[in-house]
Amino acid sequence: MTGAGGPGVVIVGAGLGGLRTAESLRAAGYAGPITVVGDEPHLPYNRPPLSKEALAGGVDVSGLEFRRKASVDDVVWRLGSAAHSADLAARTVTLADGTVLDFDALVVASGIRPRRLPIPGPVQGRHLLRTADDAEAVRTELGPGAHVIIMGAGFIGCETAATARKLGADVTIVALDEQPMVRPLGPELGAAMRRRHEAHGVHFHLGTTIDAFHGASDEGRVQSIALSDGTELPASLVIEAVGSVTNTEWLQGNGLDLSDGLLVDSAMQVANDHAPVVAVGDIARHPNALFDGIPHRIEHWNMPTETGRRAGQTLAALLAGEEPDRSPFTGMPSFWSDQYDHKLQSFGMPGLGTRSVLAEGDYDGPCVVEYHDDSGLVGVVSIDSTPALVPYRKAIMARPVVT
Amino acid sequence: MVRISVDMDKCQHYGQCCFEADDVFSLDDDGKLVYQAEADESRRADVESAADVCPMQAITVE
Repeated sequence: MTGAGGPGVVIVGAGLGGLRTAESLRAAGYAGPITVVGDEPHLPYNRPPLSKEALAGGVDVSGLEFRRKASVDDVVWRLGSAAHSADLAARTVTLADGTVLDFDALVVASGIRPRRLPIPGPVQGRHLLRTADDAEAVRTELGPGAHVIIMGAGFIGCETAATARKLGADVTIVALDEQPMVRPLGPELGAAMRRRHEAHGVHFHLGTTIDAFHGASDEGRVQSIALSDGTELPASLVIEAVGSVTNTEWLQGNGLDLSDGLLVDSAMQVANDHAPVVAVGDIARHPNALFDGIPHRIEHWNMPTETGRRAGQTLAALLAGEEPDRSPFTGMPSFWSDQYDHKLQSFGMPGLGTRSVLAEGDYDGPCVVEYHDDSGLVGVVSIDSTPALVPYRKAIMARPVVT
Repeated sequence: MVRISVDMDKCQHYGQCCFEADDVFSLDDDGKLVYQAEADESRRADVESAADVCPMQAITVE
Protein backbone atom coordinates (compact mmCIF):
# COMPACT_ATOMS: atom_id res chain seq x y z
CA MET A 1 0.00 0.00 0.00
CA THR A 2 1.17 3.52 -0.68
CA GLY A 3 0.37 5.06 2.65
CA ALA A 4 -3.34 5.52 1.96
CA GLY A 5 -4.98 6.21 5.29
CA GLY A 6 -1.76 5.71 7.25
CA PRO A 7 0.52 8.35 8.77
CA GLY A 8 2.94 7.97 5.87
CA VAL A 9 6.61 8.88 5.82
CA VAL A 10 8.34 10.94 8.49
CA ILE A 11 11.64 12.50 7.43
CA VAL A 12 13.83 13.66 10.32
CA GLY A 13 16.07 16.41 8.98
CA ALA A 14 15.04 19.43 6.90
CA GLY A 15 18.28 19.83 4.99
CA LEU A 16 19.22 18.91 1.44
CA GLY A 17 19.00 15.14 2.13
CA GLY A 18 15.49 15.37 3.56
CA LEU A 19 14.31 17.48 0.64
CA ARG A 20 15.82 15.25 -2.05
CA THR A 21 14.41 12.11 -0.42
CA ALA A 22 10.91 13.65 -0.38
CA GLU A 23 11.24 14.56 -4.07
CA SER A 24 12.51 11.08 -4.90
CA LEU A 25 9.60 9.44 -3.04
CA ARG A 26 7.19 11.43 -5.22
CA ALA A 27 9.13 10.73 -8.42
CA ALA A 28 8.99 7.01 -7.56
CA GLY A 29 5.21 7.12 -7.25
CA TYR A 30 4.63 7.40 -3.50
CA ALA A 31 1.54 9.60 -3.07
CA GLY A 32 0.94 9.30 0.68
CA PRO A 33 1.63 11.85 3.43
CA ILE A 34 5.17 13.13 4.02
CA THR A 35 6.14 15.06 7.16
CA VAL A 36 9.58 16.64 7.49
CA VAL A 37 10.96 17.49 10.94
CA GLY A 38 13.70 20.11 11.28
CA ASP A 39 15.46 21.56 14.32
CA GLU A 40 16.11 24.92 12.64
CA PRO A 41 13.19 27.27 11.87
CA HIS A 42 14.16 27.41 8.18
CA LEU A 43 13.09 25.47 5.08
CA PRO A 44 15.98 23.52 3.48
CA TYR A 45 18.75 25.95 2.54
CA ASN A 46 22.20 25.82 1.02
CA ARG A 47 25.02 25.84 3.57
CA PRO A 48 28.24 26.24 1.53
CA PRO A 49 27.70 30.02 0.99
CA LEU A 50 27.74 30.45 4.79
CA SER A 51 31.55 30.39 4.81
CA LYS A 52 31.81 32.46 1.63
CA GLU A 53 29.35 34.88 0.00
CA ALA A 54 26.89 35.00 2.90
CA LEU A 55 29.65 35.56 5.45
CA ALA A 56 30.98 38.47 3.41
CA GLY A 57 27.73 39.99 2.16
CA GLY A 58 25.05 39.17 4.73
CA VAL A 59 22.88 36.16 5.50
CA ASP A 60 19.52 36.10 3.73
CA VAL A 61 18.16 32.62 4.47
CA SER A 62 15.24 32.87 2.04
CA GLY A 63 17.74 33.63 -0.72
CA LEU A 64 19.66 30.47 0.22
CA GLU A 65 16.60 28.19 0.17
CA PHE A 66 16.73 25.28 -2.23
CA ARG A 67 14.23 25.34 -5.05
CA ARG A 68 11.61 22.74 -4.13
CA LYS A 69 9.98 20.68 -6.85
CA ALA A 70 6.19 21.12 -7.20
CA SER A 71 5.79 17.43 -6.31
CA VAL A 72 6.56 18.22 -2.66
CA ASP A 73 4.16 21.17 -2.31
CA ASP A 74 1.93 19.04 -0.05
CA VAL A 75 4.73 18.04 2.34
CA VAL A 76 4.12 19.09 5.96
CA TRP A 77 7.13 20.96 7.37
CA ARG A 78 7.43 20.76 11.18
CA LEU A 79 10.27 23.21 11.73
CA GLY A 80 11.93 24.51 14.88
CA SER A 81 11.78 21.34 16.98
CA ALA A 82 14.39 18.57 16.80
CA ALA A 83 13.62 14.87 17.06
CA HIS A 84 14.18 13.77 20.66
CA SER A 85 13.68 10.02 20.36
CA ALA A 86 12.33 7.27 18.14
CA ASP A 87 10.65 3.95 18.85
CA LEU A 88 10.91 1.82 15.73
CA ALA A 89 8.76 -0.98 17.20
CA ALA A 90 5.93 1.47 17.94
CA ARG A 91 6.69 3.43 14.75
CA THR A 92 6.80 6.79 16.50
CA VAL A 93 9.13 9.77 16.66
CA THR A 94 8.95 12.12 19.65
CA LEU A 95 10.02 15.72 19.13
CA ALA A 96 11.79 17.99 21.61
CA ASP A 97 8.52 19.91 22.11
CA GLY A 98 6.76 16.67 23.17
CA THR A 99 4.84 16.06 19.93
CA VAL A 100 4.59 12.38 19.01
CA LEU A 101 4.48 11.58 15.28
CA ASP A 102 3.38 8.17 13.98
CA PHE A 103 4.97 6.82 10.82
CA ASP A 104 4.72 3.98 8.34
CA ALA A 105 8.32 4.55 7.26
CA LEU A 106 11.16 6.69 8.58
CA VAL A 107 13.91 8.66 6.82
CA VAL A 108 16.97 9.52 8.90
CA ALA A 109 18.38 12.76 7.51
CA SER A 110 19.41 14.46 10.75
CA GLY A 111 22.97 15.07 9.60
CA ILE A 112 25.84 16.35 11.66
CA ARG A 113 26.78 19.20 13.95
CA PRO A 114 30.18 20.78 14.60
CA ARG A 115 32.39 19.04 17.14
CA ARG A 116 33.32 21.10 20.21
CA LEU A 117 36.53 20.51 22.11
CA PRO A 118 36.49 20.89 25.89
CA ILE A 119 38.92 23.83 26.24
CA PRO A 120 38.86 25.96 29.38
CA GLY A 121 38.28 29.73 29.41
CA PRO A 122 35.66 32.25 28.34
CA VAL A 123 33.05 31.20 25.76
CA GLN A 124 32.00 34.67 24.53
CA GLY A 125 33.58 35.33 21.13
CA ARG A 126 33.77 31.61 20.30
CA HIS A 127 31.64 30.56 17.31
CA LEU A 128 30.67 27.53 15.27
CA LEU A 129 29.82 27.79 11.58
CA ARG A 130 27.10 25.36 10.57
CA THR A 131 23.80 27.24 10.46
CA ALA A 132 22.58 30.52 9.00
CA ASP A 133 22.28 31.85 12.55
CA ASP A 134 25.92 30.89 13.22
CA ALA A 135 27.04 32.73 10.08
CA GLU A 136 25.09 35.87 11.01
CA ALA A 137 26.68 35.86 14.47
CA VAL A 138 30.18 35.55 12.99
CA ARG A 139 29.51 38.16 10.30
CA THR A 140 28.66 40.88 12.82
CA GLU A 141 32.09 40.45 14.45
CA LEU A 142 34.20 40.13 11.30
CA GLY A 143 35.96 43.07 9.74
CA PRO A 144 39.13 45.11 9.59
CA GLY A 145 41.05 44.97 12.86
CA ALA A 146 39.46 41.72 14.07
CA HIS A 147 41.93 39.10 15.28
CA VAL A 148 40.35 35.91 14.00
CA ILE A 149 41.57 32.54 15.25
CA ILE A 150 40.33 29.59 13.23
CA MET A 151 40.55 26.20 14.92
CA GLY A 152 40.86 23.51 12.28
CA ALA A 153 42.40 23.51 8.80
CA GLY A 154 39.65 21.67 6.91
CA PHE A 155 37.51 23.15 4.16
CA ILE A 156 35.27 25.23 6.44
CA GLY A 157 38.28 26.61 8.30
CA CYS A 158 40.18 27.45 5.09
CA GLU A 159 37.18 28.97 3.30
CA THR A 160 36.38 31.07 6.34
CA ALA A 161 40.01 32.20 6.53
CA ALA A 162 39.88 33.34 2.90
CA THR A 163 36.63 35.25 3.46
CA ALA A 164 37.92 36.86 6.66
CA ARG A 165 41.09 38.02 4.88
CA LYS A 166 38.96 39.56 2.12
CA LEU A 167 37.13 41.51 4.82
CA GLY A 168 40.43 42.82 6.20
CA ALA A 169 40.68 40.75 9.37
CA ASP A 170 43.92 39.37 10.78
CA VAL A 171 43.63 35.57 10.45
CA THR A 172 45.48 32.70 12.13
CA ILE A 173 44.69 29.02 11.57
CA VAL A 174 45.55 26.63 14.42
CA ALA A 175 45.35 22.91 13.68
CA LEU A 176 46.85 19.60 14.70
CA ASP A 177 47.20 18.53 11.03
CA GLU A 178 50.57 18.99 9.31
CA GLN A 179 48.97 20.74 6.29
CA PRO A 180 45.59 22.33 5.57
CA MET A 181 42.93 19.97 4.10
CA VAL A 182 45.52 17.19 4.24
CA ARG A 183 43.08 14.27 4.47
CA PRO A 184 41.30 14.91 1.17
CA LEU A 185 44.14 16.69 -0.67
CA GLY A 186 47.27 14.89 0.56
CA PRO A 187 50.45 16.60 1.81
CA GLU A 188 51.71 18.06 -1.51
CA LEU A 189 48.52 19.80 -2.59
CA GLY A 190 47.75 20.68 1.03
CA ALA A 191 51.13 22.44 1.26
CA ALA A 192 50.43 24.23 -2.02
CA MET A 193 47.10 25.51 -0.65
CA ARG A 194 48.93 26.63 2.48
CA ARG A 195 51.31 28.69 0.31
CA ARG A 196 48.32 30.34 -1.38
CA HIS A 197 46.83 31.22 2.00
CA GLU A 198 50.15 32.55 3.28
CA ALA A 199 50.48 34.71 0.16
CA HIS A 200 47.15 36.26 1.20
CA GLY A 201 48.46 36.92 4.71
CA VAL A 202 47.03 33.99 6.71
CA HIS A 203 49.23 32.78 9.59
CA PHE A 204 49.43 29.05 10.35
CA HIS A 205 50.23 27.25 13.61
CA LEU A 206 50.09 23.62 12.50
CA GLY A 207 50.87 20.55 14.59
CA THR A 208 49.58 22.48 17.60
CA THR A 209 46.43 22.63 19.67
CA ILE A 210 44.79 25.30 21.81
CA ASP A 211 45.34 24.66 25.53
CA ALA A 212 43.18 27.51 26.84
CA PHE A 213 41.22 30.62 26.03
CA HIS A 214 42.08 33.68 28.08
CA GLY A 215 40.04 36.77 28.96
CA ALA A 216 39.46 39.21 31.80
CA SER A 217 37.11 36.64 33.34
CA ASP A 218 35.38 33.42 32.30
CA GLU A 219 32.17 35.47 31.90
CA GLY A 220 33.85 38.00 29.58
CA ARG A 221 35.08 37.75 26.03
CA VAL A 222 38.01 35.77 24.69
CA GLN A 223 41.01 38.09 24.40
CA SER A 224 43.82 35.63 23.65
CA ILE A 225 44.60 31.96 23.19
CA ALA A 226 47.38 29.77 24.59
CA LEU A 227 48.82 27.15 22.23
CA SER A 228 50.29 23.79 23.20
CA ASP A 229 53.77 25.02 22.12
CA GLY A 230 53.63 27.91 24.59
CA THR A 231 52.69 30.65 22.09
CA GLU A 232 50.10 33.23 23.20
CA LEU A 233 48.11 34.94 20.42
CA PRO A 234 45.62 37.83 20.57
CA ALA A 235 42.05 36.81 19.68
CA SER A 236 38.87 38.85 19.24
CA LEU A 237 36.93 36.09 17.51
CA VAL A 238 37.43 32.31 17.49
CA ILE A 239 35.81 30.02 14.92
CA GLU A 240 35.76 26.35 15.86
CA ALA A 241 35.87 24.16 12.75
CA VAL A 242 37.35 20.91 14.04
CA GLY A 243 35.12 18.34 12.44
CA SER A 244 31.68 16.98 13.13
CA VAL A 245 29.53 14.77 15.31
CA THR A 246 26.59 12.81 13.86
CA ASN A 247 23.10 13.60 15.16
CA THR A 248 22.19 10.03 16.12
CA GLU A 249 21.30 10.42 19.80
CA TRP A 250 17.56 10.37 19.08
CA LEU A 251 17.89 6.88 17.53
CA GLN A 252 19.46 5.25 20.58
CA GLY A 253 17.70 2.29 22.17
CA ASN A 254 16.56 0.72 18.90
CA GLY A 255 19.45 -1.73 18.46
CA LEU A 256 20.85 0.12 15.42
CA ASP A 257 24.53 0.30 14.41
CA LEU A 258 25.36 3.91 15.40
CA SER A 259 29.13 3.42 15.64
CA ASP A 260 29.82 6.12 13.00
CA GLY A 261 26.61 7.69 11.78
CA LEU A 262 23.98 5.11 10.84
CA LEU A 263 24.91 1.99 8.86
CA VAL A 264 22.88 1.38 5.69
CA ASP A 265 23.06 -1.06 2.77
CA SER A 266 23.44 -0.18 -0.92
CA ALA A 267 19.71 0.68 -1.07
CA MET A 268 20.23 3.11 1.88
CA GLN A 269 18.05 0.84 4.01
CA VAL A 270 18.69 0.48 7.76
CA ALA A 271 18.57 -3.12 9.00
CA ASN A 272 15.94 -3.60 11.75
CA ASP A 273 13.02 -5.91 12.57
CA HIS A 274 10.34 -3.25 12.91
CA ALA A 275 9.85 -0.71 10.17
CA PRO A 276 11.03 0.50 6.78
CA VAL A 277 13.88 2.89 7.61
CA VAL A 278 16.40 4.58 5.30
CA ALA A 279 19.21 7.06 5.98
CA VAL A 280 20.70 9.70 3.70
CA GLY A 281 23.36 12.38 3.51
CA ASP A 282 26.11 13.14 6.02
CA ILE A 283 24.78 10.67 8.58
CA ALA A 284 24.49 7.60 6.29
CA ARG A 285 27.45 5.22 6.44
CA HIS A 286 26.99 3.58 3.06
CA PRO A 287 28.97 1.22 0.82
CA ASN A 288 30.06 2.49 -2.60
CA ALA A 289 30.81 -0.24 -5.11
CA LEU A 290 32.89 2.11 -7.27
CA PHE A 291 35.50 2.14 -4.52
CA ASP A 292 36.30 -0.29 -1.73
CA GLY A 293 32.71 -1.34 -0.99
CA ILE A 294 33.36 -0.61 2.69
CA PRO A 295 30.68 1.61 4.26
CA HIS A 296 31.87 5.22 4.68
CA ARG A 297 30.19 8.46 5.68
CA ILE A 298 30.94 11.09 3.04
CA GLU A 299 30.29 14.69 4.05
CA HIS A 300 30.34 16.06 0.50
CA TRP A 301 27.60 18.38 -0.69
CA ASN A 302 26.40 16.12 -3.51
CA MET A 303 25.91 12.99 -1.39
CA PRO A 304 22.51 14.00 0.09
CA THR A 305 21.25 14.27 -3.49
CA GLU A 306 22.79 10.95 -4.55
CA THR A 307 21.76 8.99 -1.46
CA GLY A 308 18.37 10.74 -1.19
CA ARG A 309 17.46 9.73 -4.73
CA ARG A 310 18.23 6.08 -3.98
CA ALA A 311 16.59 6.12 -0.55
CA GLY A 312 13.34 7.57 -1.95
CA GLN A 313 13.17 4.80 -4.54
CA THR A 314 13.84 2.17 -1.87
CA LEU A 315 11.15 3.48 0.44
CA ALA A 316 8.56 3.90 -2.31
CA ALA A 317 9.08 0.24 -3.27
CA LEU A 318 8.88 -1.01 0.33
CA LEU A 319 5.68 0.98 0.96
CA ALA A 320 4.17 -0.47 -2.22
CA GLY A 321 4.97 -3.98 -0.97
CA GLU A 322 7.64 -4.47 -3.62
CA GLU A 323 11.26 -5.55 -3.34
CA PRO A 324 13.52 -2.51 -3.75
CA ASP A 325 16.44 -2.30 -6.15
CA ARG A 326 19.39 -3.75 -4.23
CA SER A 327 21.99 -3.33 -6.96
CA PRO A 328 25.31 -1.75 -5.92
CA PHE A 329 25.33 1.98 -5.11
CA THR A 330 27.80 3.83 -7.34
CA GLY A 331 27.10 7.51 -6.69
CA MET A 332 30.10 9.67 -7.58
CA PRO A 333 31.32 11.69 -4.59
CA SER A 334 32.18 15.25 -5.56
CA PHE A 335 33.22 18.40 -3.76
CA TRP A 336 34.25 21.89 -4.65
CA SER A 337 35.74 24.72 -2.68
CA ASP A 338 36.30 28.41 -3.29
CA GLN A 339 39.26 30.10 -1.64
CA TYR A 340 40.29 33.60 -2.81
CA ASP A 341 40.02 33.44 -6.60
CA HIS A 342 40.83 29.72 -6.68
CA LYS A 343 38.37 26.95 -7.43
CA LEU A 344 39.05 23.46 -6.15
CA GLN A 345 37.05 20.62 -7.67
CA SER A 346 37.15 16.92 -6.85
CA PHE A 347 35.60 13.69 -8.00
CA GLY A 348 35.88 10.27 -6.40
CA MET A 349 37.43 9.57 -3.02
CA PRO A 350 40.93 11.10 -3.00
CA GLY A 351 41.12 10.42 0.74
CA LEU A 352 41.33 6.68 -0.01
CA GLY A 353 44.46 7.22 -2.10
CA THR A 354 47.80 6.03 -0.72
CA ARG A 355 49.81 8.15 -3.18
CA SER A 356 49.16 11.22 -5.33
CA VAL A 357 50.50 12.10 -8.77
CA LEU A 358 50.67 15.56 -10.32
CA ALA A 359 48.95 14.88 -13.66
CA GLU A 360 48.74 18.37 -15.17
CA GLY A 361 50.13 21.83 -14.42
CA ASP A 362 52.08 22.56 -11.26
CA TYR A 363 51.09 22.69 -7.61
CA ASP A 364 51.36 26.46 -7.37
CA GLY A 365 49.27 27.15 -10.49
CA PRO A 366 46.32 25.53 -12.23
CA CYS A 367 46.75 21.77 -11.79
CA VAL A 368 45.17 18.33 -11.74
CA VAL A 369 46.24 15.78 -9.11
CA GLU A 370 45.42 12.07 -9.26
CA TYR A 371 45.01 9.86 -6.17
CA HIS A 372 45.73 6.15 -6.42
CA ASP A 373 45.53 3.10 -4.22
CA ASP A 374 46.37 -0.52 -5.10
CA SER A 375 43.20 -0.73 -7.20
CA GLY A 376 44.11 2.26 -9.38
CA LEU A 377 42.70 5.79 -9.69
CA VAL A 378 40.31 6.50 -6.80
CA GLY A 379 40.08 10.28 -6.91
CA VAL A 380 41.09 13.49 -8.64
CA VAL A 381 41.38 17.10 -7.50
CA SER A 382 41.91 20.15 -9.68
CA ILE A 383 42.71 23.76 -8.96
CA ASP A 384 41.34 26.25 -11.49
CA SER A 385 41.04 23.45 -14.08
CA THR A 386 37.49 22.10 -13.78
CA PRO A 387 36.95 21.48 -17.54
CA ALA A 388 40.10 19.31 -17.59
CA LEU A 389 38.47 16.83 -15.19
CA VAL A 390 36.11 15.25 -17.73
CA PRO A 391 38.38 12.28 -18.66
CA TYR A 392 39.44 11.67 -15.04
CA ARG A 393 35.84 11.54 -13.87
CA LYS A 394 35.04 9.10 -16.70
CA ALA A 395 37.99 6.92 -15.69
CA ILE A 396 36.72 6.76 -12.09
CA MET A 397 33.18 5.99 -13.29
CA ALA A 398 34.63 3.11 -15.32
CA ARG A 399 36.24 1.43 -12.30
CA PRO A 400 35.16 -2.20 -11.90
CA VAL A 401 32.26 -2.46 -9.49
CA VAL A 402 33.06 -4.22 -6.20
CA THR A 403 30.51 -6.88 -5.28
CA MET B 1 10.55 20.95 -24.91
CA VAL B 2 12.53 21.62 -21.73
CA ARG B 3 13.24 25.32 -21.11
CA ILE B 4 16.41 26.17 -19.21
CA SER B 5 17.54 29.43 -17.69
CA VAL B 6 20.57 30.18 -15.55
CA ASP B 7 20.78 33.17 -13.23
CA MET B 8 24.18 34.43 -14.33
CA ASP B 9 24.38 36.72 -11.27
CA LYS B 10 24.34 33.59 -9.12
CA CYS B 11 26.38 31.26 -11.37
CA GLN B 12 29.96 30.86 -10.17
CA HIS B 13 30.99 28.61 -13.09
CA TYR B 14 31.58 25.53 -10.94
CA GLY B 15 30.60 23.37 -13.92
CA GLN B 16 28.78 20.68 -11.92
CA CYS B 17 25.86 20.87 -14.36
CA CYS B 18 28.18 20.01 -17.25
CA PHE B 19 28.81 16.56 -15.78
CA GLU B 20 25.07 15.78 -15.60
CA ALA B 21 24.07 17.02 -19.08
CA ASP B 22 27.14 17.77 -21.18
CA ASP B 23 25.06 18.32 -24.31
CA VAL B 24 23.26 21.25 -22.63
CA PHE B 25 25.86 22.81 -20.32
CA SER B 26 29.58 23.35 -20.90
CA LEU B 27 32.45 25.54 -19.80
CA ASP B 28 34.18 27.56 -22.51
CA ASP B 29 37.95 28.01 -22.84
CA ASP B 30 37.86 30.75 -20.19
CA GLY B 31 36.01 28.46 -17.80
CA LYS B 32 32.72 30.38 -18.18
CA LEU B 33 29.39 28.56 -18.37
CA VAL B 34 27.61 28.35 -21.70
CA TYR B 35 24.27 26.55 -22.05
CA GLN B 36 21.38 25.90 -24.40
CA ALA B 37 18.09 27.53 -23.47
CA GLU B 38 16.07 24.60 -24.84
CA ALA B 39 16.49 20.85 -24.86
CA ASP B 40 14.46 17.92 -26.09
CA GLU B 41 11.91 16.51 -23.63
CA SER B 42 13.94 13.27 -23.54
CA ARG B 43 16.72 15.23 -21.78
CA ARG B 44 14.49 16.40 -18.90
CA ALA B 45 15.79 13.97 -16.24
CA ASP B 46 19.44 14.87 -16.82
CA VAL B 47 18.69 18.59 -17.02
CA GLU B 48 16.79 18.41 -13.72
CA SER B 49 19.75 16.54 -12.20
CA ALA B 50 21.99 19.35 -13.42
CA ALA B 51 19.75 21.89 -11.66
CA ASP B 52 19.78 19.75 -8.49
CA VAL B 53 23.58 19.63 -8.30
CA CYS B 54 24.20 23.33 -8.98
CA PRO B 55 26.11 24.58 -5.92
CA MET B 56 24.59 28.04 -6.32
CA GLN B 57 21.08 26.76 -7.25
CA ALA B 58 21.21 29.07 -10.25
CA ILE B 59 19.44 26.82 -12.80
CA THR B 60 15.70 26.93 -13.48
CA VAL B 61 14.05 24.18 -15.53
CA GLU B 62 10.53 24.53 -16.95
